[in-house]
Amino acid sequence: MQLIEQLTSHPEPVMLAFLIIFGLIGLGSIYVFAQKKINPEKDMGDVPPRLRTWLYIVAFLFVALAVDKQISLWFYGLISFLALKEFLSMIPTRRADRRMLFWAYLSLPLQYYWIHIEWYEVFIIFIPVYMFLLLPVRLVLVGETEGFLRSVSTTQWGLMTCVFGFSHLANLGRLSGEFCGPAGGSGLVMYLLILTEGNDVAQYVWGKTLGKHKIIPKISPNKTTEGFVGGLITTMVCAYFLGPIFTGFTTNQALFAGFLIASCGFFGDLVMSAIKRDMQVKDTGTFLPGHGGVLDRIDSLLYTSPLFFHYTYYLMP
Amino acid sequence: MIMGALLKILFHLLIVRPLTLVVIGLNVRGKSNLPKKGPAILAANHNSHLDTLILQSLFPLCMQKSIRPVAAADYFMKNRLLAWFSTQVMGILPIQRKLSISGGDPLSGCIEALEKGEILIIYPEGSRGEAEKISDFKNGIAHLAKKFPESPVFPIFLHGCGKALPKGEAIFVPFFVDCVVGEPRYWCGNKNEFTEELRSDIDALSEQCDLKAWE
Repeated sequence: MQLIEQLTSHPEPVMLAFLIIFGLIGLGSIYVFAQKKINPEKDMGDVPPRLRTWLYIVAFLFVALAVDKQISLWFYGLISFLALKEFLSMIPTRRADRRMLFWAYLSLPLQYYWIHIEWYEVFIIFIPVYMFLLLPVRLVLVGETEGFLRSVSTTQWGLMTCVFGFSHLANLGRLSGEFCGPAGGSGLVMYLLILTEGNDVAQYVWGKTLGKHKIIPKISPNKTTEGFVGGLITTMVCAYFLGPIFTGFTTNQALFAGFLIASCGFFGDLVMSAIKRDMQVKDTGTFLPGHGGVLDRIDSLLYTSPLFFHYTYYLMP
Repeated sequence: MIMGALLKILFHLLIVRPLTLVVIGLNVRGKSNLPKKGPAILAANHNSHLDTLILQSLFPLCMQKSIRPVAAADYFMKNRLLAWFSTQVMGILPIQRKLSISGGDPLSGCIEALEKGEILIIYPEGSRGEAEKISDFKNGIAHLAKKFPESPVFPIFLHGCGKALPKGEAIFVPFFVDCVVGEPRYWCGNKNEFTEELRSDIDALSEQCDLKAWE
């Protein structure tokens, strides 16, 4: 009973947003289903598994954002863990690194614990400073010097993105007060998620329809100037209209938030693409059928979460 | 009997599945090749204790009681607690690695199990060996294949377990595991040839994974 109560306890705008998203996925599924009925031969590519996975992701979020704020930290922690594991499995590692990697994993629950006890100062420096100092210490004790710098830096990079960067999303959900707007912290999370993922989709759609000038063909042949600008404008417009629903931003603050999310999301996506190219893999995993790995899905978020969090934190009175 | 089956299912549901699917994470290829029923033999390369858990979790819960890992008696029957766990929970078929003077067939347990229609897990390397390296294959599977020419032998390549928990390490570190299941192979008439073929099958499967360097 309590669970059902909690699941329906979303603030009104967040609930409405979820209903609309579920509705969109439902419409998409009906379309796919109808296409299959009309023309069973037609190859739908990865659209059906993609839609199904979207449904799982949104359902997961629906529960994660509804439950008690303490419990929802476990959800964010789980995503962080899956992403970190994908990253550490994707990079070359050595047997000598195992102890250091074990310590890297241990930092994950600690990072979320700082959020839990609301120790902001440690949350913000624990991984960039203390883990940065600790990882090489653990590796030095193993005594293998060949590949030392590469091991330490790639592991630290994984921690910075998958744990430090992503944990900002969890912390964003815990902000409260008048400034957050009518939906509180979960409204801010919704705002960031909708704009980040929406920006990915908008860039893709604008790029497909108008795209001519490739920006960095060596890293991502699908990224065009037209797609980027189209996505940027679309996201800023969405940010403007969604601002009063989910946040306490003024008009200009909301427009700048849109600009920030669109441009940083774009680079987050590109940076992860560059890493995948470097490691010569297409996807970071197979955890999300139709999307690839968890890291493939949250690549833009790894950039937008910390930036949007600090933007909001800065604006907070 | 029912208690034993229940124990295995609970162990799988509460420990093995969460461990292999969430903590470790599995990328499986060729899952549709797997047998739906026994008798059959799964032949995989061996790097870690995790290998067996991974292979078991490829099968549905209702089949768990007929999946039998063939394991060294000198290691897994060392003391009473371990022996209880190995036989009752993991369902191993203990095998003597060193030939005994009494001269009994060391494979008799395996033969019995195949006659009952069970699925054996056999590591033809005979030991976990060095992490993420494949050592020479032993002939045991060929002996069984000769006795059971109708039973398919499935070559399986595993990668990643040796990073997560290699031999001689007590600390477990999560890594994704790649698992490639090949087309089944049947008895070909010659033991050495059969073992060679199995080896080359597993080598070929390993080329399907993009393996990350592990020095």
